[in-house]
Amino acid sequence: MESISVLMTCPPVHPYLVEALEKRFTLHKLDSVPDKPQFLSSHRDSIRAVVGNAAAGADAELIDQLPKLEIVSSYSVGLDKIDLAKCKEKGIRVTNTPDVLTDDVADLALGLMLAVLRRLCESDRYVRSGLWKKGDYKLTTKFSGKTVGIIGLGRIGMAIAQRAEAFSCPISYFSRSQKPGINYKYHPSVVDLAANCDILVVACALTPETRHIINREVIDALGPKGVLINIGRGPHVDEAELVSALVEGRLGGAGLDVFQDEPNVPEELFKLENVVLLPHVGSGTVETRQAMADLVVGNLEAHFLNKPLLTPVV
Amino acid sequence: MASPAAAAAAEENLPQVLILLNPPAFTIFGEEYFTSSKFRFLKSYESSLPLDEFLSANGRPMRALLATAATIVGAGVLELLPDLRLIVTTSAGLDQLDLAECRRRGIRIASAGDIYSADVADCAVGLLIDVLRKISASNRYVKNGFWASKGDYPLGSKLRGKRIGIVGLGRIGLQVAKRLQQGFGCTVSYNSRKKKNPDQVPYPFYQDVQELAANSDALILCCGLTEQTRHVVDKEVLAALGKAGVIVNVARGAVVDEKEMVRCLVEGEIAGAGLDVFEDEPVVPKELLELDNVVLSPHSAVLTRESMMELARLVVGNLEAFFSNEPLLSEYEDD
Repeated sequence: MESISVLMTCPPVHPYLVEALEKRFTLHKLDSVPDKPQFLSSHRDSIRAVVGNAAAGADAELIDQLPKLEIVSSYSVGLDKIDLAKCKEKGIRVTNTPDVLTDDVADLALGLMLAVLRRLCESDRYVRSGLWKKGDYKLTTKFSGKTVGIIGLGRIGMAIAQRAEAFSCPISYFSRSQKPGINYKYHPSVVDLAANCDILVVACALTPETRHIINREVIDALGPKGVLINIGRGPHVDEAELVSALVEGRLGGAGLDVFQDEPNVPEELFKLENVVLLPHVGSGTVETRQAMADLVVGNLEAHFLNKPLLTPVV
Repeated sequence: MASPAAAAAAEENLPQVLILLNPPAFTIFGEEYFTSSKFRFLKSYESSLPLDEFLSANGRPMRALLATAATIVGAGVLELLPDLRLIVTTSAGLDQLDLAECRRRGIRIASAGDIYSADVADCAVGLLIDVLRKISASNRYVKNGFWASKGDYPLGSKLRGKRIGIVGLGRIGLQVAKRLQQGFGCTVSYNSRKKKNPDQVPYPFYQDVQELAANSDALILCCGLTEQTRHVVDKEVLAALGKAGVIVNVARGAVVDEKEMVRCLVEGEIAGAGLDVFEDEPVVPKELLELDNVVLSPHSAVLTRESMMELARLVVGNLEAFFSNEPLLSEYEDD
């Protein structure tokens, strides 16, 4: 298989994944290519697979430039950077990394809730700056028992619910349709959910329908005591509206792992003590990134050996 | 509307509640939440008299005392309060009181009971996730503008499946256990003064803290500070916990040999720590201030608005009940 050309369209940040791919295939890293159009045209007949992630995948333009493309294997569970319709149309297989990262992403969502409500990051800063010698840090907000509203009750949404339940948090949710056999309270609209919860978590996939699902109206409904947690995708949120709501105190707080234009984060948020900002680390543990990499490589191997794919989407 | 003189006279007739040390809750939350039309406070610390003189002059009619965690009430103090029949504490623990002497004198006790347990458990879990997933450290990284300039932050460690060793499975320890095992899929074991009834407590018991540490990925300290638990987390326990091990302390600073723990953290003998308490608060060893694998908290595990409101309700409720000869809200029963 060493002669099979695989194009990595995302930055090659995971050495384990890069090594595993280089061992088995001829790996090209688009990130390090100085003249991308030139590269694509000179390699158009050899590239048979693309490896992408949350930052970059395979859009229509790229797919058109790679007529020999057979499979897109994403190092993520999100598929928003892949033109799925085009892949389907051209018979290109698509795989992602579901399940292996569910726990880590859900853990991070809870970690963000606790960090924001209990001001863990700010308290740490308070101690490091020597201010504790002058007096106690102020009172924070109890987490246990707060109502958690989840947008999207898929694998990650359910995992978040299970964790929050252990803190005696009532759970409510919004989904495209009400789920049968679920004891959590369903709300028919995101605004309704936001108006009736203390902490609102975005846990759905990013699609054209869910872009800016968190807009001004939802933020207003969530209100000056409400907290937004985003472990989905940056474009789920109207970021400009979110920033002004936080700066003006119209929203109680936010824990954000994803942003509109990573790695750029609105600097107005840097000084806010009710905001925790993370550099897209939802699946960022050694254990999970390795499991994700194994799935990417495993799917590619299966495809080129004509075996069933491990985690196919298309 | 009563005249000022009449109002003052009415106040004069209210039973008094003695306070020996200013309650932190008065400062951080507000004394106004603890006032009542049924009693008034007499604060010994507002007098210039030394305590024994103050009590000799004022102790006789005192029937109720509001004690804090730091208010040590022994036989000497009780001797000067012959009519004392109730001690209400703002603390959950009662180690500061001479319980045997109180019992002997027929003094009833009302504590803060279980009101803080959820908040302390939440803090412990929050600190653990923060250490494993580097939340405070990477929040700092982003807010310093480094994500754009320096690239991705180093990977953390997965929580699910981690073996958690809880030292002290009381009210707080049990809540920590529930969150981590039922919520996050960790495997909980514990050490406590006595093994609990396995029908009620399903977690494996370790008689010895060092053995617990050897079988844990993270140790969470939830015990009270006693003769037996002082420095129970010592050099041997830390070595048993090991290079990948994490320690979370929401108990008391002195449960850990702090100097040894700091050395282990600096030299990479353990992987990280989440600490709400220290041996000499508010002093924090300066080596810790430089470490990214440590999360520091200013002894604030109980300090939420909700806990304070609940405390005020309990304190006022217990005192009002006492003075109306009604059942106390949170009477401590010896078992």
